[in-house]
Amino acid sequence: MAIELEHVNFIYGEDTPLAVKALDDVNLMIPDGQFIGIIGHTGSGKSTLVQHLNGLMKATSGDIRYNGESIYGKDFEMRKLRSKVGLVFQYPEHQLFEIDVFSDVCFGPKNLGLSKEEVEERAKDALQKVGIPETMYYQSPFELSGGQKRRVAIAGVLAMQPDVLILDEPTAGLDPKGRDEILQQIKTLQTETGLTILLVSHSMDDVAEYVDRIIVMNAGKVMFDDVPKSVFAHVKELEEVGLAAPQVTYVMQELRKRGFEVGEDATTVEEAAKAILRCLKA
Amino acid sequence: MSILKTEKVTFEYIRHDEEGNVEGTITAVNDVSLDIEQGQFIAILGHNGSGKSTLAKHINAILTPSKGTVWVDGMDTSEDEKIWEIRQTAGMVFQNPDNQIIGQVVEEDVGFGPENMGIPTEEIWQRVEESLRAVGMYQYRKHSPNNLSGGQKQRVSIAGVLAMHPKCIVLDEPTAMLDPNGRKEVIRAVRALNDVEGVTVILITHYMEEIIHADNVFVMDGGKVAMQGTPREIFSQVERLKELRLDVPQVTLLAYELQKQGVPLPNGILTTEEFADALERVKKGSSTNGN
Amino acid sequence: MLRDITLGQYYQTESVIHRLDARVKLAGTLIFIVSLFFFKNYWGYLVAALFLAGVIKLSRVPFKFMVKGMKAIVFLVIITVLFSLFLTPGEALVSLGKLTITKEGLNTAITTTIRLSMLIIGSSIMTLTTTPNNLTDAMEKSMRPLKKLHVPVHEIAMMMSIALRFIPILLEETDKIMKAQIARGADFESGNLLKRAKAMVPLLVPLFISAFRRANDLAMAMEARCYRGGDGRTKMKPLIYQKRDHLAYVCLLVYFVAAVVIGRLHF
Repeated sequence: MAIELEHVNFIYGEDTPLAVKALDDVNLMIPDGQFIGIIGHTGSGKSTLVQHLNGLMKATSGDIRYNGESIYGKDFEMRKLRSKVGLVFQYPEHQLFEIDVFSDVCFGPKNLGLSKEEVEERAKDALQKVGIPETMYYQSPFELSGGQKRRVAIAGVLAMQPDVLILDEPTAGLDPKGRDEILQQIKTLQTETGLTILLVSHSMDDVAEYVDRIIVMNAGKVMFDDVPKSVFAHVKELEEVGLAAPQVTYVMQELRKRGFEVGEDATTVEEAAKAILRCLKA
Repeated sequence: MSILKTEKVTFEYIRHDEEGNVEGTITAVNDVSLDIEQGQFIAILGHNGSGKSTLAKHINAILTPSKGTVWVDGMDTSEDEKIWEIRQTAGMVFQNPDNQIIGQVVEEDVGFGPENMGIPTEEIWQRVEESLRAVGMYQYRKHSPNNLSGGQKQRVSIAGVLAMHPKCIVLDEPTAMLDPNGRKEVIRAVRALNDVEGVTVILITHYMEEIIHADNVFVMDGGKVAMQGTPREIFSQVERLKELRLDVPQVTLLAYELQKQGVPLPNGILTTEEFADALERVKKGSSTNGN
Repeated sequence: MLRDITLGQYYQTESVIHRLDARVKLAGTLIFIVSLFFFKNYWGYLVAALFLAGVIKLSRVPFKFMVKGMKAIVFLVIITVLFSLFLTPGEALVSLGKLTITKEGLNTAITTTIRLSMLIIGSSIMTLTTTPNNLTDAMEKSMRPLKKLHVPVHEIAMMMSIALRFIPILLEETDKIMKAQIARGADFESGNLLKRAKAMVPLLVPLFISAFRRANDLAMAMEARCYRGGDGRTKMKPLIYQKRDHLAYVCLLVYFVAAVVIGRLHF
């Protein structure tokens, strides 16, 4: 169970003078159960990339394989792929439309042609996973707070029981606590169910704590693809393309410059605190 | 002289259930008294739903208080005949960059405010040019707003307010929908407005790194002012901020964690430089103690 | 797809036609269209075609660009032609089973085709060379006498320009919501008419909500910038007639008289 991308290119407005290469020879391997952060600034191609993974956009050239089978093959069932690779768009609460929370979450599984019982069971399960209590099931989704709406929208995709969950900027517009809550919930979901998760973000600070692997996109290309520690080691290159490493990385760099022996591993506040204490005691 | 003064301002609205019956009243702003001097850079922090946006809308007389009084440059916002003068004195920039640009060309949008004020044509052009230069968007004056980035659109919105020659600008979460680059662009423009043009800035946000340069910070919670002080004073209370669903910059948090472990660092460290300096002092201190 | 329609899009370039006052172009388009309905012979159309060709040349808009925009309405023209070709009673020319082409029908079909194409090209020159904002300004100013009859002229113009500003934003939003629902297994493409209509609900509800939210935000932003209707407003770009505009009016008058006189001659 994996997604492989081979020499994937995507060009907007091909054959026009305004053609833009949004994806430029992207090669990636996304194995099962990983928690991956996809980082890049606006226009780096990160949103275009994830829309290729469930077939909403079609590559101009190159191949994408899901479980070894090309998704561009003649007999490939695109609808099945879309149920297996769930995509939560930016500001997903803008897609809510049903009269109550529960019916809205049922929309996805219903489209899969499941029985009524199965649909409802999945909806309940999904709502529970995002922490929406039963008392809210029959409220209008439009009466909820911003953070709650977003959870309901995420549940709407989860209810399709995908193997891969892609979230495009799931924390945009939330306050710091709301952001931490959503990220924590996604992390819990990942550890409990073994779901593969791709988290698209433009903030290094947000993802550093949670992900196993970071893919940095720039100008349609994969710029870095590694564990967070190794990616953040390239502070200079990241800054050149308008991205920044987490602030802690800068602190540690400054300390090393001033002769503190704090090592190069820390990417989170916790790790940094430990490293500094060790250094002070030595 | 104070540009903005609020005295015991309370704002309540009535919630209706599905049949239209009154379900109860919600107090969005609760007994808030502020006094802000001309030329200051003020930040209002708070989580979503803390009442900060509702308070902001009072400054521009979009809302008027249920109880209490708001004075903008000495004018009471509940007096209807003053409303246009108030809106001209205290301009407002909103969160969504797409939903506040009216013109189809950048320069025409910036001219919209002055047109409404009845400014003569020649002066409108002058003001539009000055304002676009002040936010660094002059070279885009002939562009369609649809082709600009989020940060650029917000700078156009700021120019649109600036062209009305306000004494005070209220920015209601202007960066909430932007990426980090866009956020930096906008904050830079806002700071220049305050430093160079001397406009009083009231910045509403939940991004902590944006308030480091503020003269004074108000933190709102449940419609009330929960904390008030300089950024350093605010940031030194990490636990309290967490209770209020807020964050501190990573470097402040790091210093706080080390303090908890017994490292004698000062409160409210805001920058990497400060942190490194303080840690150097700690190291020297401990080595002299050891001697 | 919707974005491919170039009809009515502004084409940015420098030309005399672009610089003309929008009111002249508005009046010119009307005069041109009216003139087309006065002709009784093909000479009139020839004069109109020559005039049109001259204006196109002056406008510096590539003819290819104009024709590309017309593709969207070729269908309309074909239908109109077929209707007049087969459904006009008169002297039979050819019979194809039950369908009969008459001499009158052929005549009508030809004139309709010429008229429609000229009408469309004529009005697209106006929109190609005038920014939407200028156009709404011109309408507002030309319709000002109607204000005495309590027609909300300023409001109509403002609504038009806001609509034009938000069309691309809402198109993009439609695209986004559609994709989001497809990702949740929605199917907008198969099934009968009823099923398809039902499938539109998950698209239309969010779109309407979003449109209302935007309208609400925009109204607030406009009020915050001291907007209070048309009274007491000044203009950043006021419409003032220049010498070339007066000259253009004279040209239009000459064209109209010449075309109508020639077009109604009996040979």
